[in-house]
Amino acid sequence: MDYLGSYDVIIIGAGHAGIEAAHAAAKLGVKTALFTLTLDGVGNLPCNPSIGGTAKGHLVREIDALGGIMGIAADATFLQSRMLNLGKGPAVHSLRVQTDRKRYHEYMKRFLEECENLELKQAEITDITIENGQVTGVCTNLGAFYKAKAVVVATGTYLGGRIFVGDAGFASGPDGQHAANKLTESLKQAGIPLRRFKTGTPARVHRRSVDFSKLEVQHGDTEIVPFSFLTKGELKNKVDCYIAFTNPETHKVIQDNLHRSPLYGGQIEGIGPRYCPSIEDKVVRFAEKDCHQIFVEPCGLDTEEMYLQGMSSSLPEFVQNEMYRTIDGFENLEIMRPAYAIEYDCCDPTCLKPTLETKAVQGLYGAGQFNGTSGYEEAAAQGLLAGVNAARQVQGKEPVMLPRHTSYLGTLVDDLVTKGAMDPYRMMTSRSEYRLTLRQDNADERLTPIGREWGLVDDVRWESFSATHAAGIKERKRLETTTIRASELEPVFKNAGLEPPNVGGTAAALLKRPEVTYPLIAEVISWGENLDKRTAQRIETEIKYEGYILRQQRQIQEVKRQEETHIPADFDYAPLKGLRLEAREKLAKIRPLSIAQAARVPGVSPADLAVLAVAVASLGNKPQTKENEETE
Amino acid sequence: MNRTIAAIATPPGEGGIAVVRISGRQAHEIASKVFQPVSKSRTLQQAKGYTALFGHFVWQGKVCDELVALSFRAPHSYTGEDIVELSCHGGVAAPMLLLQACIESGASPAGAGEFTRRAFENGRISLTQAEAVMDLIGATGRQSAAVAVSALEGALAKRITALRTQLTALAGHLAAWVDFPEEDVPELEQQTLESTLNGCISQLQQMIQGYGAGAVLRRGVDTAIVGSPNVGKSTLLNLLSGFERAIVTPIAGTTRDVVEQQVQVGQVRLNLFDTAGLRETDDIVEAEGIRRSYAQMERAGLILAVYDANRELCEQDIILAQKCENRPALAILNKSDLEKQFDKEKIAPYFREVIEISAKDDSFLPHITNTIETLLGVSAIDPDAGMLASQRQLEAAIRAVEALQDAANARQQGFDLDAVGVCVDDALHALYELTGEEASEAIVDEVFSKFCVGK
Repeated sequence: MDYLGSYDVIIIGAGHAGIEAAHAAAKLGVKTALFTLTLDGVGNLPCNPSIGGTAKGHLVREIDALGGIMGIAADATFLQSRMLNLGKGPAVHSLRVQTDRKRYHEYMKRFLEECENLELKQAEITDITIENGQVTGVCTNLGAFYKAKAVVVATGTYLGGRIFVGDAGFASGPDGQHAANKLTESLKQAGIPLRRFKTGTPARVHRRSVDFSKLEVQHGDTEIVPFSFLTKGELKNKVDCYIAFTNPETHKVIQDNLHRSPLYGGQIEGIGPRYCPSIEDKVVRFAEKDCHQIFVEPCGLDTEEMYLQGMSSSLPEFVQNEMYRTIDGFENLEIMRPAYAIEYDCCDPTCLKPTLETKAVQGLYGAGQFNGTSGYEEAAAQGLLAGVNAARQVQGKEPVMLPRHTSYLGTLVDDLVTKGAMDPYRMMTSRSEYRLTLRQDNADERLTPIGREWGLVDDVRWESFSATHAAGIKERKRLETTTIRASELEPVFKNAGLEPPNVGGTAAALLKRPEVTYPLIAEVISWGENLDKRTAQRIETEIKYEGYILRQQRQIQEVKRQEETHIPADFDYAPLKGLRLEAREKLAKIRPLSIAQAARVPGVSPADLAVLAVAVASLGNKPQTKENEETE
Repeated sequence: MNRTIAAIATPPGEGGIAVVRISGRQAHEIASKVFQPVSKSRTLQQAKGYTALFGHFVWQGKVCDELVALSFRAPHSYTGEDIVELSCHGGVAAPMLLLQACIESGASPAGAGEFTRRAFENGRISLTQAEAVMDLIGATGRQSAAVAVSALEGALAKRITALRTQLTALAGHLAAWVDFPEEDVPELEQQTLESTLNGCISQLQQMIQGYGAGAVLRRGVDTAIVGSPNVGKSTLLNLLSGFERAIVTPIAGTTRDVVEQQVQVGQVRLNLFDTAGLRETDDIVEAEGIRRSYAQMERAGLILAVYDANRELCEQDIILAQKCENRPALAILNKSDLEKQFDKEKIAPYFREVIEISAKDDSFLPHITNTIETLLGVSAIDPDAGMLASQRQLEAAIRAVEALQDAANARQQGFDLDAVGVCVDDALHALYELTGEEASEAIVDEVFSKFCVGK
């Protein structure tokens, strides 16, 4: 091994998790290196060419609010933008964009190249060196050794990657890139519990072979809302998407060839994500449905490749041809990249702390698919947290965590480390019990002050946030103190085709009515000073949903108390006779950091929790450890 | 930001006085909702620490009991918080009703060991004291978990499971519709939503009223004492109640009506119905009494069939025994101190248990008590654990109803389905707490099992 240099933090993998981790660590001022198998794969979108979506859009906003880069990059390279779930309530509005895959990669690579304190390196990491339970560095396949004080594993589907198409199965990363085959052994030796997960992707096809006249067209929003709180100026859609449908003939082809699918033939042992079923799964599990939707999405402006969302498959290539060509509009389909399933190594996330550091090795962190999740946004969110904590450890600072009531990011991490993941974990709005409070429109209010404290939010973002925040507070106050007479409302309401109210009231009281919107009120009392549309919308939501928001805040206050009752990392559960055996074992494995987290460990009863709380509270009075006896 | 908690602080069952303790910032405010002082010039809200007030337990406009309210002010109390202790009459029913009223007025049922935990956290008791209490709680907690599990296999559990299934389907549908907007998940029909919500609300309300805070313990078991005239039914009643209540004369047919009496037999309260003797009769009044006796038997949760051991078995006795078949019935051969003429083998197959006593001799009371407890299966129940389980269930049901009402209101007040979804989740969460399962996982499972969604 040749010693080639020393870094504070080394990140393995330059996917979405690795990028945010590297950027965050470098931004906090530590010397950082980001290793990738190939520099041409930085920030690749190997599956759908889109960013955001339900709950995922929330995560992107949160990453942005904390000072991450995914939102800015998505805004810079988007092709079409849509706010999903309009009309289903503000808590679940979710932004999603189609992304130019190649330009996203180029944007990210360039961005990282320009980052201070960050070096971008191409190499396969084959070994993580550890001494006395502490990370010391990494080795590459070229025989180089780099020292590191902290290492973030963000290996995605590359770690032990294996691709399946029909009977063909071979070691590979996504998109024809090679897999990382040696690192698995090193992680096993470090005591990290590993398992196999799988995922899949549909075919990419040539645009000229699709008869768009037979498909439904899907346009973007006319008024585009950006992901990043910093993106200003008008944004324009550049492409359309299309919708096609499978039919009974398609399903017959699949049924007739099921035995040729490695999923059903037993070659694939990995557990696949429930939310991303292959078309084989859909046809088998929902046999009563005679058609499934397929979204036809362009992969970029400079390519003719189109992505077929909804048709992921691991059937043999010739069956794929036959299957896709049964679909109206796909009669002459020309497949450029066949669909495939990919299996990979990842960890059981209960081996992680809520800081995303492994419990087994100090300074070793995990992020993204390695932690059992799926999705670019989930990965990026974890990467940011892991990067911040890796840097803080090097700097000798206390680790940071985001409790689940603060964010989707906090919810995601808490679910992973407390409950584990039985299949690749996807963020969903229904996973957050606080979703009326954790909206995508207030991510900055919730998280930018935290990002500032961590050192990720620069002056530009902070000043922009402070101005928006102040304008919001001022406007809320104005709405609560400005009284509008019924006579003033009448013309505006009539104009909007609404029944005018008989009595007036404060602007805030009027906004509580479902049919009254902020722009309507603004027609009477003028638009708020320095108030942007997004903030106006947020204030309207907060006024309308006040009752529900207050109710959630009471729940949050309650849980916060327990969140602040910390359990020491080396707490010994064995002497707690009052705990049931099951609870004692589960708690000893998960090692929750607070009473609130302990309460969420599956299998811990309220009685167990009471016993634990007293034991923890007693630590203040008397040390729990046997140190007393040992120091005689 | 502590919740205000309440619990019965005295041991369950017999006792002249029981104490309901309320601890937390809102202790005085909540207690004021159930306590009305006799002296109009004083209020509990303004009561200083270490003071007592006499008054009444007034609930839903009715005076239910006399109360003494003791006021403690933080930090000078057991827990170190504001405390109100309400002393009411003892037994099971009165304190349970009082506790229920406190919960409905905003208190949360105290968790296992919560008073002690707060006392400890506020530095009011030492570690050794706290640990001793916690060991006890750890033990009872295990028992109550066992009771909760067994309760969840019963009829109540079936209803709760059915509710959960309906609500999980609803929440799953909402989640799929929200989280997979581009899949063809149909929007939930307003009518389906309303009927599911209203159906669940009324079911839960029934449970709250019927099950309440351990309705079996509070209301007791309806018990019919049946038998031919003058076999000693009323003597048995008097033995159980401890004083002479029914008219006891040696003339057959003295008891013409159903006499109701509540007696505590060991851990259970029996609502006793001493009935007219069963025989063929031409007397219209007596015939009506006999008809009522049989009707009473049909409804009873416990039948005490009394026979005269000193008499020959007759056809009437066999008829009665046959009516007791497959019922929770106990045959009591009275007058066993006299010469035995009765062939007990002829009736024994129809009963769960046959015992021989003399109703005039109160030394038989423990034997009767044990037999009844065994027959009802209560001897195996730890009343403490049972109550704990039911308190939690009551509180969970109340929370679930509130959340479902919020969900129903949300739609009516023009809120979008996101508000409805959150409320339904809260309701489910409350119902799932009973089994310690995870509501949100159940919803996610529902989404992927019922809807074909995903890219």
